[in-house]
Amino acid sequence: MTAPEIALHLRGIEKRFGAVQANAGIDLDVRPGEIHCLLGENGAGKSTLISMLAGQQRPDAGEIVVGGRTVRFTSPTDSRRARIGVVFQHSMLIPTMTVHENMLLAAMPGVRLHRQAAEDRLTELSSVFGEPINPARLVAELSLGERQQLELVRALWAEPRILVLDEPTSMLTPAGAAALFQRLQDLAKTGVAVILVTHKIDEALALGDRITVLRSGEVAARFGPSELAEVPPAELRPRILDRMFGGTAPKRASGPPPRPFEDRAPGRPLLALERVSSSDRHGGMPIFDVSLQVHAGEVVGVAGIDGHGQLALAEAIAGSRGIAGGRVIFDGRDVGGMPIRRKQRLGLRYVTDDRLGEGIVGQLSVALNLLLKRIGQPPFWRFGRMNRAEVEHEAQELIRRFDIRTPSARAPAGHLSGGNVQKILLARELAHDARLVVLNKPSYGLDAATVSRVHGEVRRFVSRGGACLMLSTDLDELLEIADRIAVLAQGRIVGWVLARSSDAAARVSELMTAGGQQ
Amino acid sequence: MSAPARALDVLARTVAPLVLAILGSAVVLLALGANPWAFYADVLRFSLTGEGWQQTLTAMAPLLLISLGLIVSFRAQLWNLGYGGTYLLSAAVVAGVAPAVFAFLPYGAATLLLLVLAAGVGLILALIPASLKAWFGTNEVITSLMTSFVAASLANLLVKGPFQDPSVSVPQTRVLDLEFMLAYVPGTRVHLGVVLAFALVILMHVMLTRSSFGTRIDVLGLNPRAAAHAGIHVPRMTVAVFVVSGALIGLAGAIDMLGLWGYMRTDWNPGYGDKILPFVFLARLNPLGSVPLVGVYAVLATGGTLAAQRAGISVDLLTLLVALVLFFMVIVEYLAARHSVGRSYLPRGIFKAVRA
Repeated sequence: MTAPEIALHLRGIEKRFGAVQANAGIDLDVRPGEIHCLLGENGAGKSTLISMLAGQQRPDAGEIVVGGRTVRFTSPTDSRRARIGVVFQHSMLIPTMTVHENMLLAAMPGVRLHRQAAEDRLTELSSVFGEPINPARLVAELSLGERQQLELVRALWAEPRILVLDEPTSMLTPAGAAALFQRLQDLAKTGVAVILVTHKIDEALALGDRITVLRSGEVAARFGPSELAEVPPAELRPRILDRMFGGTAPKRASGPPPRPFEDRAPGRPLLALERVSSSDRHGGMPIFDVSLQVHAGEVVGVAGIDGHGQLALAEAIAGSRGIAGGRVIFDGRDVGGMPIRRKQRLGLRYVTDDRLGEGIVGQLSVALNLLLKRIGQPPFWRFGRMNRAEVEHEAQELIRRFDIRTPSARAPAGHLSGGNVQKILLARELAHDARLVVLNKPSYGLDAATVSRVHGEVRRFVSRGGACLMLSTDLDELLEIADRIAVLAQGRIVGWVLARSSDAAARVSELMTAGGQQ
Repeated sequence: MSAPARALDVLARTVAPLVLAILGSAVVLLALGANPWAFYADVLRFSLTGEGWQQTLTAMAPLLLISLGLIVSFRAQLWNLGYGGTYLLSAAVVAGVAPAVFAFLPYGAATLLLLVLAAGVGLILALIPASLKAWFGTNEVITSLMTSFVAASLANLLVKGPFQDPSVSVPQTRVLDLEFMLAYVPGTRVHLGVVLAFALVILMHVMLTRSSFGTRIDVLGLNPRAAAHAGIHVPRMTVAVFVVSGALIGLAGAIDMLGLWGYMRTDWNPGYGDKILPFVFLARLNPLGSVPLVGVYAVLATGGTLAAQRAGISVDLLTLLVALVLFFMVIVEYLAARHSVGRSYLPRGIFKAVRA
């Protein structure tokens, strides 16, 4: 057998954003027909590397060779022409256009639009990953899970020879992820080179023919096929972890363990929803008739498949969504129609799942983003004038306490990695006078170290008398953190499960699927 | 940004289009048979030496106020394009009622009332696109433009109707007595409106860059969803921004009438806003930064008019020059973005605003 040719060859790739060296000389070879996993924690430089492969950024130095030819991408079109398909972690779809139009945009081979052909291909490709998506729907109306499905379809549209996926499973159900892996393996068998970017070691071990570990913009380790085949995963795992975190591998979530459920005084709930229905003006799945209570010192989890009303529930409580019926009582007060600002002042906080789109203002400094919800308030603003020293001081304090990795408090928040953006949001919502926090998908797309950090903060907050409502599509996370779990399906709560009961996982799954079939 | 990066940014993004436009105009001058050296020397001579600099400063006053109005709204990524009609209607109202107001009130009170009146006209005009945007999400690009057309026609109607001076055959307002015009800065022929315009530039600069109001405007402009999420009352903020913007542009009309012209004719339109628009983006929506750029335009406008007359060419050369500035800005934007030099002229959300 001849030596396998190289589908993609990266040599000495460097990229710097201001003070952040995102990629510091990365070499990488990817062969046709193999699944190559890029493993690394947030901020390791994975997303930067991908954006250069996708033609969105240009490397400061280094060479990209595709199929033996050195390429210089000046736009995503160049990358597509080189037959590289990319699935991004954050949606690249245009929300105000329909599914169909988005596909036409991505696929346009010439001037003419082949509508019918595009529709057929869409149905063919999308059904591979689950339910076919109605091409006439607006992308804005799709759930995050459906959008990700669409991203995959788009990447596969032009039959790429190299397929790059950035954290593709973070929004999929376990069954969806398994189906995706099967499909990726099939694709690899047809000679496509698959690059899977992930921070989940188990995914990499299960799927990868090769694994490359990135840390701080450099290649920290490489594991080849022979090694992956011969060494048992149990032995590889700690070695990979060590390379990923450089000896500072994450421990279990810190903070005191949750108290048993019975210990809690029944008392008056801090937050009570009484038969709340949301208005459907904002699109997406509304909620119907939802009643629940959250007490101080308790984490209530909300489980469910993505797009089953999580966003409506979170926004009806803490955000700007209107309520069509029922009452939201916070600390004995009806906060249903209350403006967001007053809810915040009462201590009702919301950590959004759309961190980049809604959570932060990317071009503004980390310091201002940390104080985004206190603009105009003393001591940071006096008589409308900003006190820079106070702002800087508070920001430094929060950066230290929440371990936000940023070159400085003045760096634009948009330059930070996903995990550090999440830490900004947590610091902002939990740091001052918070009483109840609604967390929407708090660990989506984050690496193990950051997730454990997030969980630690939540535990600490709750142990000091805070209350937490955690909406998540990750059942393991809820089982670990929550006391009680409500299962949301089709916008309704279809059942409750005590998280520490032995069969909790099975019962939640059962409710999820049973509720979903209604 | 580091100091060298900032210098490169200013050089490539701000100075380059201006220099290229001036060179481009020189080529056109050559083609017209004029001597570009002599022309530009004339421009500088007429606009800066002798009493020219006073004329240039006077010309800057309305331009600065209009650019301030644009900067406030553009920073919030609200595209208030109603500047044309707003300026004209405020000017017409001030020119029309000024003789009567001065007849009834003492000079100081009358002047103040007229300034407030002009700002009020601008404010009320701005309320139309502002409320439509705030509560119905209507695209303000369209509504402010439409409001502007109506306001400009209304200004004409007023000058031809109730405000017309019956003693003259041309439709125009009564000419304001010189004693009622804005006072000059002692020793010069620069009226106090110029001082007011510069004071407002500093005030607005501090407000936009140092105050909580300015921070809210930036947050709203950069990410409206994050603004709503952070508890900023987006509709209220939208109205506030438009109102400030409209009032400033209205004020420009008053200052121009009371300080420089003293009367208004029908179909008169200096078109300040259209000419100053590229310079506002060259200044990256920074009030202090707009001063030198507005200054450059004022030099070209005052000196250029006289120089063109002397060289026997059309004054339209100025419009060509502004067009060339825009033209080279587009080229610079394209090239600099490809090579990651400096910051874009355009705030990020502009495409969204135009499409929505």
